[in-house]
Amino acid sequence: MLYAMCFLLFVIGLYCALVKKNMVKIVIGIMIMEYAVNLFLIMLGYRVGGVAPIVGHEDIRNMGKFVSESVDPLPQALVLTAIVISLGSLALMISICIRTYEKYGTFDITRIRRLKG
Amino acid sequence: MFYIFLFFMIFLLIAALIAVHTDNLLSSVICVGAIGFGGSLMFLFLRAPDIAITQIVVEVLGLIILIRATISSDKTFISGQREFFGIVVSLALLLAISGLGLKALDGLPNFGTPAFVAAGEIEETIASQEYIEQSLSKTGAANAVAAVILDWRAYDTLGETTVLFTSILGAVVMLRKKTKNTGAIEA
Repeated sequence: MLYAMCFLLFVIGLYCALVKKNMVKIVIGIMIMEYAVNLFLIMLGYRVGGVAPIVGHEDIRNMGKFVSESVDPLPQALVLTAIVISLGSLALMISICIRTYEKYGTFDITRIRRLKG
Repeated sequence: MFYIFLFFMIFLLIAALIAVHTDNLLSSVICVGAIGFGGSLMFLFLRAPDIAITQIVVEVLGLIILIRATISSDKTFISGQREFFGIVVSLALLLAISGLGLKALDGLPNFGTPAFVAAGEIEETIASQEYIEQSLSKTGAANAVAAVILDWRAYDTLGETTVLFTSILGAVVMLRKKTKNTGAIEA
C-alpha cells in the first residue's frame, strides 16, 4: 500500500516532467521523482518497531537485541549521498534555466526550440 | 504507526498534485518545499535521523535556488501542453512504466519487513546485517550510517564529492557573466 503510493508520487513527477511546457516545471517534476525514490529506498529498510541504527550505552551490553531491532543502515547511507548529489544537479539545471531565460526571454520549451547564432 | 505514514504519504501526494497542476510557478515551488519538509518528517518517523537533518538543509538551499529562478522572471504563467503527438507518446510511456512498476511491487516483502531480512532467509551473508553487527567493533563509530559512509564505503563518498564538484563547476561556468570574447563565435 505505502509502496504503491510512493510509486504514484514517482509517476506524478514523471508526468510533470514529460507533459509540461515550462522548464522550471520540468525541473520540479525531476525533483518530485528524486523524493519518491529516496523515500522508497528508506521504506525498504524500515522495520516495525525498529530503532535508529545508532548504538547507545545500553545497547553495548545487549548487542543481540540491538541487532534484531535496528533498521537497515545501508540504504540510509546511500540515500544521504543521493540527496546531496540531487542538490548539485538542481543547481546545474536551474542555472541552465536562468541562462535560457536570459537568452530567449521565456521558459516555454516550445518557443526555444529554434537555434540562434 | 502505519497511519502516521499513511497520513504523511497522502500529504505528499496532495502537495505533488498541486505542484504539478498550478500555473503559478511560485506556488508550485512552495509546494515542492512542502513535499521536501513533509518527506523530512517522514524520514524522522522511519528512524532515519541523519537523512532527516540532511533533507532539511538541502531543502532550504534548494528552495532558495528555485525561488531565485522564478522570482526574477516575469513571464512565468505558461499554461497549455506540448503538441499532440508528443503527449500521446509520453502518456503511452507513462502507462507502460506504471504497469511494469506495479507488477514489480508484487515481488517485494511487506512494509515493515526490511528487504535485507527477507533476503537473509535465502543468502548466507548480508552486507546490512554485518554493518549493524560489526560497525562498532570494527570501525569504532556508534552511528552505523556514519560508519558506512566514511569507513565501509568511503570510496563511494569520494565519488559523490567528485560528482558534486563537477555539477557545481558546471553551474558556475553556466552562470558566469564575463566571457572571453577571443573567438569569432559570440557567446
